[in-house]
Formats: sequence, C-alpha cells, structure tokens
Amino acid sequence: MNMMTIFMNYYKYFLRGTRTTIVVALIVVVLGCCLGCIISLLRLSKFKPFSEFAKLYITIIRGTPMLVQLYIVYFQLDFLPYPKMTIWGMALERVMPCVIALSMNSAAYVAEIIRSGIQAVDSGQMEAARSCGMTYGQAMKLIILPQAIKNILPAIGNEFVTMVKETSILMYLGVADLMYNNNLVVTATYSPLYCYYISAIIYLILNIILGKGVSMFEVRMKKSDR
Amino acid sequence: MTDKDVLFEIKGLEKSFGNLKVLKGIDEKICKGEVVVVIGPSGSGKSTFIRCLNLLEQPTGGQIIFEGEDITAKGFDVNKHREKVGMVFQQFNLFNNLSVIDNLCVPLINVKKMGEAEAKEAAMKLLHRVGLEDKANAFPSQLSGGQKQRIAIVRAMAMGPDVMLFDEPTSALDPEMVGEVLQVIKELADEGTTMVVVTHEMGFAQKVGTRVLFMDQGYIMEQGDPKSIFENPQNERTKDFLSKVINVI
Ligand SMILES: Nc1ncnc2c1ncn2[C@@H]1O[C@H](COP(=O)(O)OP(=O)(O)OP(=O)(O)O)[C@@H](O)[C@H]1O
Ligand SMILES: [Mg+2]
Repeated sequence: MNMMTIFMNYYKYFLRGTRTTIVVALIVVVLGCCLGCIISLLRLSKFKPFSEFAKLYITIIRGTPMLVQLYIVYFQLDFLPYPKMTIWGMALERVMPCVIALSMNSAAYVAEIIRSGIQAVDSGQMEAARSCGMTYGQAMKLIILPQAIKNILPAIGNEFVTMVKETSILMYLGVADLMYNNNLVVTATYSPLYCYYISAIIYLILNIILGKGVSMFEVRMKKSDR
Repeated sequence: MTDKDVLFEIKGLEKSFGNLKVLKGIDEKICKGEVVVVIGPSGSGKSTFIRCLNLLEQPTGGQIIFEGEDITAKGFDVNKHREKVGMVFQQFNLFNNLSVIDNLCVPLINVKKMGEAEAKEAAMKLLHRVGLEDKANAFPSQLSGGQKQRIAIVRAMAMGPDVMLFDEPTSALDPEMVGEVLQVIKELADEGTTMVVVTHEMGFAQKVGTRVLFMDQGYIMEQGDPKSIFENPQNERTKDFLSKVINVI
C-alpha cells in the first residue's frame, strides 16, 4: 500500500486523532495562559515566599521532561473523582490528567514569557509613571502592560505551536490523539513509515496555519506600535 | 528666610546600594522659589540625591522633611508626595504607548481625577506653551529629542507640582536641541517655579541658578550663589572640577 491509499482508507482515524489533538491543545493553551498569568504575578511579587515559590515551580517544570511530569500528575492525582465519561472518543479519566499536566507545563513557559515581556519594557516607563503619582497598579495597567503585551502575545502564539506538538505524548496515557490513532493504523497496515509521514504532514499543516495566524497577528501589533 | 519658606529640609541623608555607600550624610535646605543647581563629577551621587527627593530611591539613613512632613517615615503616602514633586529625566521617559496629548491627560485623569474634557483643555494649553500643540496626536517615537523633553517637562508641570526636579535634562540631546529645552526651563524659573536641576550646562547654572551645590563622593562639598562658586570656589575639589569642565577646549 502506498501513502495515498493508506490515507484514503484510514483518514477517519487520522482526522479523529487530529480533532482530539486540536481540542486538547486549545484547552491547554487557555488554561496554561490563565495559570501562567497567576504564576507570573507571583514571580513578580515583592513578597519573597510568592516569588520564590514561582521561581521553584518554573525551575522544576523546565528542568524535567514533559513525559515524566505527565506520569507524575497521572499517578499523583489518581484520587481525583474524574467523571467517567467519554466525549468525542476521549475518556475524561485519561484526558483530564493530561490536560492538567500539559497546562501546568505550559503555565511555566507562559509565566516566563509574561515576565520577560514586562521586564523588556524600559524601567524608565515605570519610574515616570510613578513620578506622576500613579500607584504601582495604575502604572502597570495604563503604561507597562499595554507595552508588554506587544512582546507577550506573539510569544504566546509560539507557545501554542509548541503545545500542538507536545500533545503527542497524550498517547502514552491511551488518549486517542493523532499519534494514538497513527499507531492503530500502523498495526492495521504494517506500514509504519508511511503512517508517520502522514502524521508528520498533519502536524506540519496545523502548525503552518497556526504560524501564519501568529505572524499576521504580529504584523498587526507592529502597525499599532509607534 | 522663615521656616514657612522651607520646602525640603534634608538631615543627614544617606543612601547605600548594598555595600556601596553613595550618599554619606547630606544636610541641606531648599526653599520656595529657589533654583538649586547641582553639579559634580560623574558617580558623585547627584542622581541618587535628586531621586531620593521623590522617593524613587528610598533613603537608607537620615530624614527628608517636605512641607513639614517627614517623607521617610513609615506609612507615608508616597503617591501623594509625588503629585507635588515633578520629575524630568535624562531619557525623557514619555509613555511610548500613549499619544502626546494622552501622555499629559492620562496622569491628570487617573491621578488628579480630572474629567476628560477638562484634562484635554489643560493639556492643550500646556502644549501650546511649548509650541507643540500640532504634535498632540503624534506618538513619542515620531518626535525629536528636544520635543520629547519639552513634553516631558509640561507633563510634569501639568500635575501642578510644588517643586520640579530635573536630572540632566539636556544630556541625552543633540547639541542643537539643548537650547530649546533650557529655554523652557528658564521660563519656568523666571515664573518662580522652585526647582532642583542636576546639569553639566555650566552656562545655564550660572545664568539661571539662584544657588549651586557642588557634590563629590557622596557629600555636598561646597555650596553658594553661582557667582561665588564659579568665580571664587573655596574647596580644592570644586576648583579642580570647574577647571576641568570650564576649560575643556
Ligand atoms: N540602582 C543602583 N544600584 C547600585 N548602584 C547604583 C544604583 N544607582 C546608582 N548606583 C551607583 O551609585 C553611584 C552614584 O550614582 P549616581 O547616578 O547618583 O551618580 P551621578 O552623580 O548622577 O553620576 P552621573 O553624572 O554619571 O549621572 C555610582 O557609583 C553608581 O554606580
Ligand atoms: Mg546622574
């Protein structure tokens, strides 16, 4: 069988897997951003225990493999009463630990993106704002964050691209993502190489589209930047 | 001078960064209507001194009394203080995300709690004063250094401060723009605005200053009226410094 026939015969598997991959990546990015915002706030906090905790969190997450984190979350949180439900072929029992682990991972990177985005804003801007009598909060909201966001959003877009690829570890917990379905087709066809080519192309297409979106966004950001 | 006229009373002011002691005990009184010019070699603590006056740097020793209130005391409202103390930086520090008019209006609306229309009117008046009302809708990146600094000055003035602090306001400017900025500062001085100006412009110091402080190694080594400092300095370090900056050519 050549690649085309494999795809024609088994495209349903690939597409179903792709859907899972996209859905999980989307959820993870949203949760990761929310959690990342909180971690970055802790990280930038003047209250030492908060900032130290955030630093430790970021160090641990960035210093250990994603797969190890996934298993630790899966086994550590096995007491959680995950709903025994299946949505779009995804067993929540298995997807939810994945979403938690990936979100926790993404949060660490997002937090660093936000922190470096804020710190990239010239410190004179904060000094000038405070000198006008603004509170720290006002200065952040009115002066610093509007400038930082231009550094932050494109980098978050790239984090999204990374997450789409990272979701491929979902299959280790038996979640029917693109890689998991890929392996089903491998078993059925005995043509691993072609199957992996097909999956690679699908990931590539997803990320090219995403990358285009991100760079269009960047152009628009640049336009408003004077 | 009566005590009522004293704006800043600085007693034994010290500031260290870690182990580095930058200000080693400064005693000084700054009165209403004075134009105090601070000169001295690089690294002598001039910026640190002026930044202590609006608490951009927190003093590590001594006291600063402003209008009868100890601003170094615990629980002191820093933001209220800064409304009364305008600051102009070497690097202008206009808000890059805001248009010129909003650079003036945003603090007025958010700090002074002015209405939008009122703030806009006040801002336009000030821009008119420095001849930049046609730049109201421009962004900082579209302006020359001299224009940026003139706007930074009126942004600080807009808050209606009791005193203006300038930290080397012309040092980042191309030579041909120094004049226009000094002119604005001179006009403010002529109107009786109290100010403290750190500068390397010795001509300006002599012409506009009512008093000159010479700082070196964390101390005010010598102070007096411009004429006596420039023509008849007493301290060896002052003489040495002035001979270097005045006879540069
Ligand atoms: N935030 C800081 N942390 C550590 N050291 C600092 C800090 N700010 C200033 N210093 C040090 O304090 C000393 C005095 O600095 P300051 O900026 O007050 O000098 P200055 O008289 O304004 O010099 P210049 O004419 O170059 O502006 C310098 O040795 C400088 O390195
Ligand atoms: Mg300085």
